[in-house]
This record gives sequence, structure tokens and C-alpha cells, in this order.
Amino acid sequence: MEYEAVIGLEVHVQIKAESKIFSRVRAGYGHEPNKLVDPVVMGLPGALPVMNKAALDGIIKAGLALNCTIPETCKWDRKNYFYPDSPNNYQITQYDQPICDGGFVEIELPGETRGVMGEHKKIKLTRIHLENDVGKLNHFADDSLVDYNRAFTSLMEIVSEPDMHSGEEAFAFLTAIRQTMIYCGISDCDMEKGQMRADANISVRPIGQKELGQKIELKNLNSITGVKNGIEYEIKRQTRELKKGNVIKQATWRWNADLGQTEMMREKEDAHDYRYFPDPDLMPVRIDEDWKAKLRAEIPELPWDKQRRFMEEYGLPYSITAVLVPDRVLSDWFEAAVKQAPKLAQALGNLVANDLLRELSEADMALEECKITPDTLLGLVQVVEKGVIPKNVANKDVFPEMFKSGETAEQVIERKGLKPDFDEGQVKVWCQEAIDENPKPVQNYRDGNEKALNALLGPVMKKSKGKANPQLVNKLIRELID
Amino acid sequence: MSEELHYKSASELSELLEKKELSSVDLTKAIIARTKAVEDKVGAFNSYDEADALAQAEASDARRAASASLGPLDGIPVGIKDNLAVNGQPLTCSSKMLEKFVSPYDATCIEKLKTQGAVLWGRLNLDEFAMGSSTENSAFKTTSNPWNLDCIPGGSSGGSAAAAAAGQAVMTLGSDTGGSIRQPASHCGVVGLKPTYGRVSRYGLAAFASSLDQVGPLTRSVKDAALLLQAISGHDERDSTSYKIAEPDFVAAIEKQRGHKWTLGLPKEYFATAANTPAMEPVLKAIEYYKSLGCEIKEVSLPHTDYAVATYYIVATAEASSNLARYDGIRYTHRAETFDAKDSVDIYCQSRAEGFGEEVKRRIILGTYVLSSGYYDAYYLKAQKARTLIRQDFENAFKEVDALLTPTSPSPAFKKGEKASDPLSMYLSDIYTISANLAGIPGMSLPCGYSDGLPVGLQILGKPFKEDELLSIAYEFEAGHDFKDQHPQL
Repeated sequence: MEYEAVIGLEVHVQIKAESKIFSRVRAGYGHEPNKLVDPVVMGLPGALPVMNKAALDGIIKAGLALNCTIPETCKWDRKNYFYPDSPNNYQITQYDQPICDGGFVEIELPGETRGVMGEHKKIKLTRIHLENDVGKLNHFADDSLVDYNRAFTSLMEIVSEPDMHSGEEAFAFLTAIRQTMIYCGISDCDMEKGQMRADANISVRPIGQKELGQKIELKNLNSITGVKNGIEYEIKRQTRELKKGNVIKQATWRWNADLGQTEMMREKEDAHDYRYFPDPDLMPVRIDEDWKAKLRAEIPELPWDKQRRFMEEYGLPYSITAVLVPDRVLSDWFEAAVKQAPKLAQALGNLVANDLLRELSEADMALEECKITPDTLLGLVQVVEKGVIPKNVANKDVFPEMFKSGETAEQVIERKGLKPDFDEGQVKVWCQEAIDENPKPVQNYRDGNEKALNALLGPVMKKSKGKANPQLVNKLIRELID
Repeated sequence: MSEELHYKSASELSELLEKKELSSVDLTKAIIARTKAVEDKVGAFNSYDEADALAQAEASDARRAASASLGPLDGIPVGIKDNLAVNGQPLTCSSKMLEKFVSPYDATCIEKLKTQGAVLWGRLNLDEFAMGSSTENSAFKTTSNPWNLDCIPGGSSGGSAAAAAAGQAVMTLGSDTGGSIRQPASHCGVVGLKPTYGRVSRYGLAAFASSLDQVGPLTRSVKDAALLLQAISGHDERDSTSYKIAEPDFVAAIEKQRGHKWTLGLPKEYFATAANTPAMEPVLKAIEYYKSLGCEIKEVSLPHTDYAVATYYIVATAEASSNLARYDGIRYTHRAETFDAKDSVDIYCQSRAEGFGEEVKRRIILGTYVLSSGYYDAYYLKAQKARTLIRQDFENAFKEVDALLTPTSPSPAFKKGEKASDPLSMYLSDIYTISANLAGIPGMSLPCGYSDGLPVGLQILGKPFKEDELLSIAYEFEAGHDFKDQHPQL
């Protein structure tokens, strides 16, 4: 019997906002413990939550970007449970009237090779709701300490339908969410800082069976790769169990990334009774069309749309767009150059996707610190296009200098004397010499071997001390022979 | 004059202070002396801080000397219920749970009093976390009724009412979730006002039931109630349930509306049950008085009255079970000395078992039950629907009348211990007051006579945000009687 997996993800994403969701205290990461607190965050007697509009803006924007419906009103509920990281021993969340309904995430699966676009799919969402994050428990040998700095950070929970079937799809789903959030400026989604966290519900069933198999919940997925690996491991494990005729029991498992395996945390306990009820401290929120329209206008062109446009408008190959587009800043930078000269898109794309990224990575620099500007990069491609210097000189000699000094291409060429000190007539003379000195390849060419003439390029380049334009040389040699 | 200084009203004292015939330090000293003289009998205070009060008084005198008075409350000692946060002062809620807790911040109403120069005086006893009608649920002490020391002062703001009645403060702040200002005010013969829900910020009031709680004044005169309400009212960004509405000048309003012929309603359901209660006679006399002034008296119906107590005890306990979850033994509360260190749940269980009193536990359990899955629809949801009907009853009644007159409580103050073992009969002592909290409307209690030597209160219920009318109606009655000048013999 063949089996298939069904996967749903619950993704928590912290919304980037100056202050916390229900208090005016600054939100942040990496501070001394219990410094980002006030009476509200500490749950002192008498403290009251007040909604942060930036958090609402963030989640509404996320909902619009992920194709959700935004109902006219949403409300706040208390989820009651005792845990030391929760200052009030209830979480303020949204039980039955979330701020975002439905929606989907467009994902791309890996193509046959890295240079080929893979299949695109839409993964359905159930809802997105807003809630407060909790603090962090730190366990020591004899005791545990709580740090409430993270408590009351704005957190949204993106809940997918059980609509995925492999670790790869889950990986693509999280990648797409992450890119969308970063594009919209909603979150940096840094999983190491806990800005994005995912839990997976995984079940396996015989292909053809309608009902879902018994699901297990998989936790401790600390990276996007961890999600993929954990899910793949768990699918194999469950399939193996079912094939042996064993029954999957409802339980919570955890991914152990060090050992590369899943481990059982706890078997199903009695279902938690969270005693949800509407939070009497917060008013329901009404979201009108104007508010939505204002936020919709702030959403930039999203990654998949941008990629499709780059391919159509600039004729760029998939492989280059796949490098440029996931990074909004990089692709905007690139576009600042290419929109001035769409015909040079390929040359510009290659320089950005290969040379620029390599230099940045070697210098451990962010694009914002880069001394080359879109305009100066375009200048470099243009001097090559005009035949002032050959491409290899541009890439090897001029580009690294520009990267270091911030000079224009012309300035580097001038300073280093890279401009050829001969004219086309002189190149023609060298070509004729090369033809005369190499009769064999010339004969081969005349016999029909097109490639034979490549043998003449080297001698001419040598005569020009590498400064001749190879395209020009090729052209001249052909003219002279034909 | 000076021996009776502690019984003067805030408005009189304010004039004396303004004319420099009295200093805030002398006034505060007189209040401290009075407090000490009668505190053994009354027991209104959980704690007080003489040095702090005198320092505030000195600052007030300095402002007046520099002609920089902050208004009519500048230099007036105001007693504070021990469930309102005052920076640097204990905030116990009369619970062992918070016995050692000192608030690091000010409630909004406290901040307002400070910016108006009031001298914040003492921490007044209450039923633990404001749950009760007698202050017998305080973990520390039972306050006595200044009119009869064997009787309870009412609750939960029993300390606030007793202190105001005994002259241990010029006026006091209380909180009212189901009658906790009005019922003790009626038992202690003072004026108590529960504002419209949303009129006064709840920020810094230790929450009992968030959708019902309101902070309000307890005073010896209607004018002082107007003065203190004025001082604490207003929209607050830190409380999303506080209402954005223009604040009328309450003191001016009561003078301006003198002689108005009000249309006053008598809810027949209230009078049917109250017919033979001991508190009834003075209330009926008060109604006759309004009639004699030319007010129209009309019978009205509040048909869902019977559901009020049940509705209240579902909504209030549900919210309380969640609000009090923060008192867990982890951060600032009482923590049990011994617990199973390997089990965080045991810290909760032991600490809460030791820290909370019987009544608080009863309500947490009740509230937990009504919110439980499978019971939510039958209890909490149903109660919210009943609450809507109760509010609509009032809306309909107020189409016909300006305000309603009722007894505040079914009986005058009862003896200590009399109902302590019978929570249900204790709950029923709130029967006339809780509907106002469920409906969110303002209500006040006003001394209107005595029964067996114990004060009886007249309750006036009004339209939302029409506290000025309530005060005016009360002022009219007060002007024709001398109850405000009658004080308990201590």
C-alpha cells in the first residue's frame, strides 16, 4: 500500500513595532533580562492592556498580502492557562473572530535543476490572528528564572489548512511567508531571534483514503531547514509504523536537530480547557475600507509578481531572477539601474547576481554600505557596450576597483590606463598579421569549421596586450577573410 | 471649631484653606488625630503613613503660600481604598496574597488627585479583592460600623464608608462592582456614588470584574461627592473602556438645577420585594418628600430584575477567575514556603491555597466552572444575553423618567458574623445595587433616615453619563434634611 502525508503548519510571526502590543514599553531582543517591562507587562494589579495600532496595521497588511478576507470587526479573547512565562496567566488572543480569514500562500517547489523554475502551488490558510507573545523561562540546575522582555511582543499566528504533503512544500511555504513579511516590512522573520516559529501537524494515510490519519504535533522546529527535515523524518517514521500495522497515537513530538530525529514529548493529555471568553478590557476593533485601502497602498509588489515581471519585462533568465528577487533591497537596487537601460538587463543582472554578491559576501558587507551605485554599475556596462573596454577587463579589473573606491568606471579606466591606446585601424593590422601567421586555422575555417577562427583571437589579444575588444576582433577577422 | 474640623465638608475646608484661616498641615494633623482616636473602635485602615501625609500637606501649604493652589482639593485629606494603586504605598486588596506588595505606580484616579493637590491618606480596608458586602472577608480585620460597633459597615468599600462616617478622612475613594460603594455608604450614613461605567478610568484599580468595576467617591455631603467625582473623571488612554465624553461641571450643575421638577420612577419589582423590609420606611418618606417638592412619581417596570443576581454572579465570577489568575506565587505575590520544587503547578496550588481567603476561592471556582467548555453557552453566554435585557429594561424606563428611586439595601447594617456562614444571603444584600453595574448606569446612595438607630440609604439610579442629574436630585433632598450633619457617637 502507498501512503501520503498531510501537513498543516501553525506559524508564529512577531510583528515589528516600536512598542509592545498592549503597552508603551519598547519591544526588542537581546536586552538585559526584565528591562523591557512596565506594570502591564508584569501583570501588576490594576494594569490594563491598550491595543497598539502598529500591531493592527502589521497584521492587516499581512492578511492583505496573503490574500485573506479582513472582516469588518474582530474581537479579543482571553485564553486562560497557568504558565510562569505568562504574566497574567492568560493570553490575549482571538478565539472566534480573527482579524484575517482564509487566504492562501503561493509557493514554488524546487525545479529540475537550480536554473529551472519549479511548480507553483497555492497553500490554503485557515486564518491569521493577533495575540501577545509570552516571556522566556530559563532553566538552571536548581531553579528556573523568567525573563519578561519578550512578553507582550506583538505576535501573529498564521494557521494553514492541512494542505501540504511534503517537507519540501512546508519549506517552500515558510520561505514564501518569510519573503512576503520581509517585503512588506511586517517582520524580519529571524528564526534565531524567535521572530518566526513554526509547529507542524503531520498525519499519514493510505493514498485514496478520504479521512485524515491520526495527527501528531511536531515542535521545536527552530529553522526552516529544521521544519523540512523534521517533517520528512516524521513522515517516514509514521509510514513505517503504519506499514508494520501499528497505530499512530495522538501525541506531541519534538525535532532533535542534533541527532536528526524526532522524539516523543508527551502523549495526549486531557484536552486543555482554555476557558476562552471575550476580554472585557479591550473593545472590539472595526476595520473600515479606508483603513484597508491605506494599508493596501503600502504593500509593495510582492516577490512572485516581481519575478514574473523581471522575466517578462527585462527578458531575464529565471536563474538570475531567482537570485535577485528574494531580496527586496537587492532587486530594487538592481531595478534602479536596469530601468534606465532595459536592453542591458542581462549584463546588469549577471554583474549583480554574480560579481556584486560575491564582493559583498567576501567583504561581509550589506548592500546599503556598498560604494557602487546603480548608476555607476550601469556606467560600467555602458562602457563595455560602447566597446570602450572589453567585458573581461570590465569584470576583472574595473569592477573590483569600483567596489573598493566608489569611483565611476571612467575614473577607474582613466586611473589605471585601461583604455586601449590604439584605434580600430591598428586592430585591423594585428588581425591581418594573425591571419597571415596562422594559415592552418584559416584554411579549416574556409573548409567550413566555424570555430577554427577562435585560434586567431589569442594572438591578436596578445599583440594588443589584452586591451582589444574580443567582439571587435572576431568581427574584423571574419571581414578580412571573407 | 477645631474639635469638629474632621467633620467639616471638603467645600467648607477648601474655603478655609483658600482664605488661609487653616493650613493643610493643621487639617491633616486633625484628621490623623481623629483617625488615631477612633481607629481602635472603627478599624477602617489597613495602614496609614503619617509622615507621607504631612509631607503632602506641607507641599500643599507651600503652594497656597505661593498662590499656586491646584484647586479646591489642594490640601484636603482623601482616604483611599486599598485596591487602588498609589506609587510607593502598599496595595494589599486586604489579601494575604498581596500583604507585602508595594505599588510601583499610580492609578489614573490617584494621579489626578495628586495633580490637584489632594493629600492621599491611608489604605482603607475592604473585603478581600472587593468580594463581599461586609468587610468580613478582609484577610486582616473586620471594620466596624461607626454607628454600631457590633455591626458591619457594609462592603466591599467598608473601610472607605466607615472612615468617611467617622471623620477619619474628609472624603474617600471606593470601588463598586455590584454595590460596593453604595451599600456601605447606606450602612454608614454617607453619600456614595458609582459613576457610569467608563466615566472614571480603571487603570490602577486592582480588577475584580473588569466589565463592572468603577471607582467612585464616598463623602458626607452631595456637594463633596460632586467635587471628588469631578476630580477623578475623564477619558484615559490607558483604559480602553474609559469613555470619551465632555466632563460637566458637577458642582455648578447641582446649584443650577435646584428646584427642577424631576420625574422619578419607582421600579415596582424592587418595591414588591422591599415592601416589608426594615429599610423601607425612610425610603417611602423620601419619596413623599420629592412628591411634596412637586416632582412627578411614576411606577415603572424592570421586568428582568429577577435574573440580576444570577447574571451578576456568573459575569463577575467569570471575569474574576481570570483577573485573579495573575496572583500566582511567581512574581510579587505571596509564595508558599514549601512546595514541590520540581513541579511549577505546586507553587501555584500551595501559594494560592494559602494566599486567598474562602470567598475569593469560592468565586474563582464558580467563575472557572461557568467558563468551562460545555458550560460556557449555558452560563456565561446566557448571562451576557440576560445582561443585555437588563440594560434594555433601564433604557425603557428612562424613556419615561429622569431617574429611579429605590432602597440601597434590603436592610440596615447587619450584625458581624450574622451572614458570614451564609454566602447566598450575603449575595442577596446586593439585590438593589447590582443591576446598575450590569447596565453600566450611574447610581448613588444618600442618607435618608434611620432604622433602629442605623442609617438607611436611598438609592438613585440615573441615565448613563447623567451623574449631574443624580447629584442634583440628591442635593435637593439633602437640602431639606439635616442627615449630613448627623454623625455617629464614637
